[in-house]
Amino acid sequence: MRREPPQRLVDYGPLVFPAGMLTVFFVVPFATMIAVSFFQRQQGGFYTPAFVFDNYARFLSLFFGKVLGFSLFLAIAVAVACVVVGIPFTYLLSRSKRNVQIVWLVALLSILSLSEVMIGFAWSTLFSRTAGITNLLVWLGLMEQALALTPSFTAVMTAMTYQAFPYTILVLYPALVRLDPTLTEAARTLGASPVKAFFTVVVPVLRNTILATLIMVFIFALGSYLLPQLLGRPQHWTLSVLITDQAIYQSNMPFAAAMAVFLVLVSLALVGLAFYAGRQKEAK
Amino acid sequence: MSGLNLEHVTKQFGTFTAVNDVSLSVPDGTFVCLLGPSGCGKTTLMRMIAGLDLPTGGAIRLGGADITQVPTHKRDLGMVFQSLALFPHLTVGENIAYSLRIRGVAKDVQKARVDELLAMIHLPGFADRSVNKLSGGQRQRVAIARALAISPKLFLLDEPLSALDAKLREAMQVELRQLQQRLGITTIVVTHDQREAMTMADTVVVMNKGEIRQAAAPVDIYRRPADSFVADFIGQTNLLPVEADSAGRARVLGQAVEGLMLSAGATKGVLSVRPEDVQLTAPGNGAISGIVTFIRDLGGAIETFVEAGGQQIIAVSSPRSRPEVSVGQQVGIRLDPMTSVVLAK
Repeated sequence: MRREPPQRLVDYGPLVFPAGMLTVFFVVPFATMIAVSFFQRQQGGFYTPAFVFDNYARFLSLFFGKVLGFSLFLAIAVAVACVVVGIPFTYLLSRSKRNVQIVWLVALLSILSLSEVMIGFAWSTLFSRTAGITNLLVWLGLMEQALALTPSFTAVMTAMTYQAFPYTILVLYPALVRLDPTLTEAARTLGASPVKAFFTVVVPVLRNTILATLIMVFIFALGSYLLPQLLGRPQHWTLSVLITDQAIYQSNMPFAAAMAVFLVLVSLALVGLAFYAGRQKEAK
Repeated sequence: MSGLNLEHVTKQFGTFTAVNDVSLSVPDGTFVCLLGPSGCGKTTLMRMIAGLDLPTGGAIRLGGADITQVPTHKRDLGMVFQSLALFPHLTVGENIAYSLRIRGVAKDVQKARVDELLAMIHLPGFADRSVNKLSGGQRQRVAIARALAISPKLFLLDEPLSALDAKLREAMQVELRQLQQRLGITTIVVTHDQREAMTMADTVVVMNKGEIRQAAAPVDIYRRPADSFVADFIGQTNLLPVEADSAGRARVLGQAVEGLMLSAGATKGVLSVRPEDVQLTAPGNGAISGIVTFIRDLGGAIETFVEAGGQQIIAVSSPRSRPEVSVGQQVGIRLDPMTSVVLAK
């Protein structure tokens, strides 16, 4: 069947619904947010239309720079952790028996049904001194006495990695299942140990999939605002936490909007950079 | 003891025995073809030689050393896979140099070896090309060069030519054989194509149901098959029931054949006659009589289908000795005891 380019206006008909949805639920709210970010804040808790850069200017401070830096660092760290744990896990999973795979996949996907709040409180219990996993280690004789592991950076990282892990597997699994097993066998006959074959063949062949996974988890982690508050100290709060704080508790919509716009721009820039780096390597 | 030696090698997957008590000796520098129908265990046998599967019984020796439990990457062998398994993320040159890179060979030595191998496979200057942009035959050659980069002691090929079209396959068979003779490398090829095996091998190993049915030179396999499976699998053959009469003479389809002997004590057997050894003559006078049912003229050869005593017999003749027969005609068939082989049932 030959595909012809649309000729008349009617040919674009099927696009009306998705385009309408996209406009109503994405373009309009985002445009509103951009507009609000230039508005003037009223002390009473509301704002008046204007075109001022005050909100962006206020943002250019060491404090917010640090928060932004930490947010990006945390998102990148979560993305890397997910991929580093996810690839060997999915690789082994894709080579195990069919029914073993199904059990693991169902268990992992059921994590998706948990809300961020439940994940946060579950981990804060697990990391607590009174009911946490350290009690188990004490019982086993591995530790002297129970400790509180939260609030801490590790706690934030663990919970966020846990939350993003099912998505990581969802992206990696199809690619690893399709991976030709004779590629690693060929590498072994050519003198590579199984570990070396994994790093010189499996990882490079999956480069694009890995890049896509990193970007997806990065963006996902960037939007997380509950887990850093539940499990972290104030210095572990991300920009998303501050945006929520400004928008809801401080009633400073223009400033929250400005921060959100800035966050979107920075993450778009990073994603673009990652794509560009990937393209460069491919062209080589 | 040099060369490759398989001693009572057995492989079981659960209750299924894929390879059953196989012993085989491959002298250095010979070309062996493992030939058999799909599921006969030939690929499993090769994977055990490569170390990709471990045998459940028996031993594998290479150059006198027991390598049965040695992991694949320490066996120093070269293998070409059916899928070729070229690394898609590497260029032609990087693919060929992979085994050298893994072993930490110096960059300039790698480059020199790659150039040498590319010249050998008639693809000079291809080092920087992407493997995804090569034709089937070119990919095939690159896979061969990659396997040979470290000058392995043992060269294994698993159905290496099955992805190529018929013409290219024939050409590659000759090329592969010439390459093997030039390098003098011990080579084992798995194939289900008997023409391929006949073209390339010093020794053809015919396998069925996990066992070796016959291991011999191609001509011997063809002329003196060990049993009816081998006779039927290698080339075309007519398998006819043969029995001894009271006078001890062999009778085929009710007609005594002078000079044909059954093994001592046997009263029944199977006679294998190659189609090109079937002579069509006038009926009567001691010949088996039959009726021509079909004539297939393939240009290079003429196949005459004759029905005799409920059996179909195929006779092949060259266009120069075209038999003067037509469909429905009564003809006589003569069998030459020199070219007919009696097989145990």
